[in-house]
Amino acid sequence: MKPLLAIQHLSRRFAGQLAVNDISFELHAGEVLGFLGPNGAGKSTTMRMISGGLAPTGGKIEINGIDLLEYPLKAKSSLGYLPENPPLYPELTVDEYLRFAGELRKIPKSDLARAVESVKNQCGLSDSGKRLIANLSKGYQQRVGIAQAIIHDPAVVILDEPTNGLDPNQIQEIRSLVRELGKTRGIILCTHILPEVQAACSRVMILHQGQLVFSDDLINLSRTQRNKLLLSLRNPPELQALNELPGVTRASATGPTRFRLEMHEQADATVIAQQVSANGWQLEEMRWEHEDLQQIFTRLTTSEVAA
Amino acid sequence: MILAIAKRELRGLFYSPLAWSLIAVVQLTLAWLFMIQLEEYLQFQSELITLDNAPGITDLIVAPLIDSAAVLLLLITPLLSMRLISEELRSHTFGFLLSAPVSMSQIVLCKYLALLILFSIIWLLTALMPLSLLAGGNIDLGRTAAGLLGLWLLAAAFAAIGLFFSSLTRQPAVAAVSSYGLLLFLWIINLSGSSDRSSGLFDWLSLSAHFRRLTSGLVNSSYLLFYLLLAIGFLALTIKHLDGYRTQG
Repeated sequence: MKPLLAIQHLSRRFAGQLAVNDISFELHAGEVLGFLGPNGAGKSTTMRMISGGLAPTGGKIEINGIDLLEYPLKAKSSLGYLPENPPLYPELTVDEYLRFAGELRKIPKSDLARAVESVKNQCGLSDSGKRLIANLSKGYQQRVGIAQAIIHDPAVVILDEPTNGLDPNQIQEIRSLVRELGKTRGIILCTHILPEVQAACSRVMILHQGQLVFSDDLINLSRTQRNKLLLSLRNPPELQALNELPGVTRASATGPTRFRLEMHEQADATVIAQQVSANGWQLEEMRWEHEDLQQIFTRLTTSEVAA
Repeated sequence: MILAIAKRELRGLFYSPLAWSLIAVVQLTLAWLFMIQLEEYLQFQSELITLDNAPGITDLIVAPLIDSAAVLLLLITPLLSMRLISEELRSHTFGFLLSAPVSMSQIVLCKYLALLILFSIIWLLTALMPLSLLAGGNIDLGRTAAGLLGLWLLAAAFAAIGLFFSSLTRQPAVAAVSSYGLLLFLWIINLSGSSDRSSGLFDWLSLSAHFRRLTSGLVNSSYLLFYLLLAIGFLALTIKHLDGYRTQG
């Protein structure tokens, strides 16, 4: 299947410094891609380049098979973009603004009213059409921002921190909206909120100091790393005794009654459980240690990237 | 359509009291000047009749009125143009325009068009004053038309200069001050040293010198070209500068 968005060796230099360094990835229909990274990692710079607001120093961007740099107008017509700060005109009403966004995205006049109506329903703005954007709360302004990004039914939608400034209920709504949109389109969700990625995305990429340091499907993320066992014992033995259990390569203490056992690939956890109870160590808790997104993120973004 | 940008711009101008108050102030000031000049003319009319080759109604009322209108336009241009692009740069809506399938030149031309439409409204309202004299007297229609044409071309050049300065900065006030600087400078540049040789260049650069010739009824294609070139030049500079903003960040 042809990707909706293909990025090849994308770089961007600001005053001699590489803000984005040789990034390549693809986005397919039906995918919600979580774009993670600490502040200043180059997320927004990448998004601005994909949206056509910033020219890359090097590399190639294809939207729906059309080269953005060669045919910007044609490529941008299948793109919706919500920047970090929602691009709103405070002096317009919601209806006027959305109509303007629709006209700008070349929606035919005959379809415009219908498009505005349907996008208002999708984003929970049905009752706010006549209100001035200046008078809307931050959450509603954010919704208007999302509405302008999807009004023309684009194949690729880029949302840069869409839940910024929303309350928990609104965040839930936006997440389910993102999942809904992601069924047929390709979506890039830029954020530094990890639970958001876990709640809405199918794939995650981590950007650090301008480089792509991690990229995997979220499903794989929960499957891997089944080689560390965490134990909590009420009556713990010497560390040496744990080391001698079958399948254990290395045991270490993480607290007075807590231990981490590093296991062989094919090791059987039930054998450990039997041994522990047979030795009278009084098992309180036993679970696989998953390296979750939080840990991966911390591990990858606190270290310096090798040049 | 891309005209949507011009439409939204005009909407923005007319939703705020700025455009209305400027139009009102210009109209009031011009109407007052028009009235004073008309009154003076009526006062001295009997004496003028006795003179050979006496200045007519066009010399005494229409030409000074168009002249004052030009100065007023110079004064209001930066106020109207300052926000056009700098506001979009400041409130992050510029990236929104760029993410839409429109080119930089379309964005700039639409902004320019919006300002030109507003100026044309002011111009039309101004033109009605001398034309109202037709009800009671004869004016030199050719000379009036030349003056009004000059006024419109002048406004077109003013607008392009204002738009350019608006694209240079995120601060509307800075854009306004710099446009005042250049507009006033180009207005008075020919006042310096009328005797020495460089005055030819200064005279050619002057916005007012070309305009004065047009108001005196002298229509020369080089005058028209001067204003058109000025407008096109500053529009091209604006587009170039904003493209640079895209490549340099």
